[in-house]
Amino acid sequence: MSAIVTARNLSKRYKNATALDSVNFEIQSGRIVGLIGPNGAGKTTALKAILGLTSFDGELSVLGYDPRTQRDKLMEQVCFIADVAVLPRWIRVREAIDFVAHVHPRFDRAKCEGFLKRTKLTPDQRVRQMSKGMIVQLHLALVMAIDARLLVLDEPTLGLDILYRKQFYQSLLEDYFDENKTIIVTTHQVEEIEHILTDLMFIRDGKIVLDTDMEAVGDRFAEVMVNADKAAAARALQPLDERQVFGKSIFLFDGADRATLEALGEIRRPSVSDLFVATMKGTYA
Amino acid sequence: MNTLAGNKFYWLVKREFWEHRGGFLWAPLITGAVFLVLNLMGIITAEVVGARHGIHFGASGEMQHVISQMDAGDMSQVGMALDIAMYSSMALIFVVMGFVVFFYCLGAIYDERRDRSILFWKSLPLSDSETVISKVASATLVAPVIATLAGIAAGILQLLMVAVTLSFHGVNVWQLLLLAHPLRVAFNMIGHIPLYLLWALPSVGWLMACSAWARTKPFLWAIALPVATGLLVTWFGIMGLFNLSAGWFWQNVVARALFSAFPGASLIADDDLVHTGKNNLDFMNLSNTYHLLGSANLWIGVLFGAALIAVAIWFRRWRDDG
Repeated sequence: MSAIVTARNLSKRYKNATALDSVNFEIQSGRIVGLIGPNGAGKTTALKAILGLTSFDGELSVLGYDPRTQRDKLMEQVCFIADVAVLPRWIRVREAIDFVAHVHPRFDRAKCEGFLKRTKLTPDQRVRQMSKGMIVQLHLALVMAIDARLLVLDEPTLGLDILYRKQFYQSLLEDYFDENKTIIVTTHQVEEIEHILTDLMFIRDGKIVLDTDMEAVGDRFAEVMVNADKAAAARALQPLDERQVFGKSIFLFDGADRATLEALGEIRRPSVSDLFVATMKGTYA
Repeated sequence: MNTLAGNKFYWLVKREFWEHRGGFLWAPLITGAVFLVLNLMGIITAEVVGARHGIHFGASGEMQHVISQMDAGDMSQVGMALDIAMYSSMALIFVVMGFVVFFYCLGAIYDERRDRSILFWKSLPLSDSETVISKVASATLVAPVIATLAGIAAGILQLLMVAVTLSFHGVNVWQLLLLAHPLRVAFNMIGHIPLYLLWALPSVGWLMACSAWARTKPFLWAIALPVATGLLVTWFGIMGLFNLSAGWFWQNVVARALFSAFPGASLIADDDLVHTGKNNLDFMNLSNTYHLLGSANLWIGVLFGAALIAVAIWFRRWRDDG
């Protein structure tokens, strides 16, 4: 396994705000990394830095390239969907395919046309005539036909209905992802991508507050449902979070001893969204 | 690798053409068509009015008689009139093309930032220099080549229209057409394209730099900056320091930045050119227009244009709209 992205003391300051504050992380090949954080935490800035779309301080290496100076080389092996609806509105399906086929050396036209056959898109259709969901289908078909080593997705399903969202991630997993590819994805719809992630990164106020793989999440964090009589004992173990359900308390622990927890009540693996909410407590306060 | 780069550039230009087919292709074609239709209507009206009032202009072969009486000097006047008819049908097309190029350059980089499609283009392995230069090529080559071809077609149709009308009045069409110089006119127009490219460069560069730099309203910035500078220069008499008049600044800086992309602007700017014109159209000949290659005005403009295009490339690379 080799590192696809390596960041050392990565910082980015805007005029009156710090978007990234000396961040360090490494992303290995063949992973699907969820970069998750509240609005304004620095997710998009981190992705922009990786894609060479913004200047930054510190060291950042993506596939061995410096995105600031070697962006043209880098983009042959990196692809991204920045947002829904960034395809130019005037372009036709057929023109988009033609164009990408002629400027991208790693684009597989037959593959792209195969993906599009499964949709209702027609070659002469213009982007401006499409719904948001159809635009994403087109964009995804174009991107999945590119044999890139790193795919970056920034809120790729924002504003789509659940059918399109499910289909989006399902296509990615079934038709695109393999051990030679790496995907970084940011989204607010954490529940929907939880099961496809291999790694999890939480970012808050420009700092990485959690960087772990999904297996370790289950080992490290535990959620325990505790009856009222044992609640005080649970609180003594310094839980990350506590909430009430049907007269019972649910505590979230980080790295607590399993045996001790089992004595308190039923142990569950916490969901990423619960973990997220607990970690980000007080962000907007 | 080299062929791939060339191929990429071809597709980048093609992409610009797809997006701006309306301005680059349809605008000159429609302008030409409208011009010809208006002319045709004018001719028909004249014929109808003439017939109604019983004016049978030249019907008995008097016109032919008049022509046969002409000497060589008169003949060349008729030829010149026909050439003017041809140039005039092109003039309107080129005015329209001037506006198309002006607004194309202003929007070339700004529009893709505004609708965020720049993020899609930047997700492809295309450098900012390749992209911006493909836009410059679209403005300075694709647009004028199409406009010139449309202009030549319209000019020839116009010529035929005039000739056919006259033939109804007993004038020998072929004899008349031999007096005109459609090939020379066409050759002059096509040959003018490289000169147009060089002359338009400072304007194209300035407009694209504004397009790449302005966060909002590139049109206002592009106009306001040079005009405000011109006003300051005039007000404080700054050019006096260089023994130049404020008019010099307006003509050589403000006008060059804003209007050089209008075809024919070089003809107006080059004073010698128009005034050497005796009573004929020889000033349109390439041997005459290409005198401009010897002027510092042209080459300094090219240098500024290149520098401004570099600025546009830099801003397209680093402009971060958050």
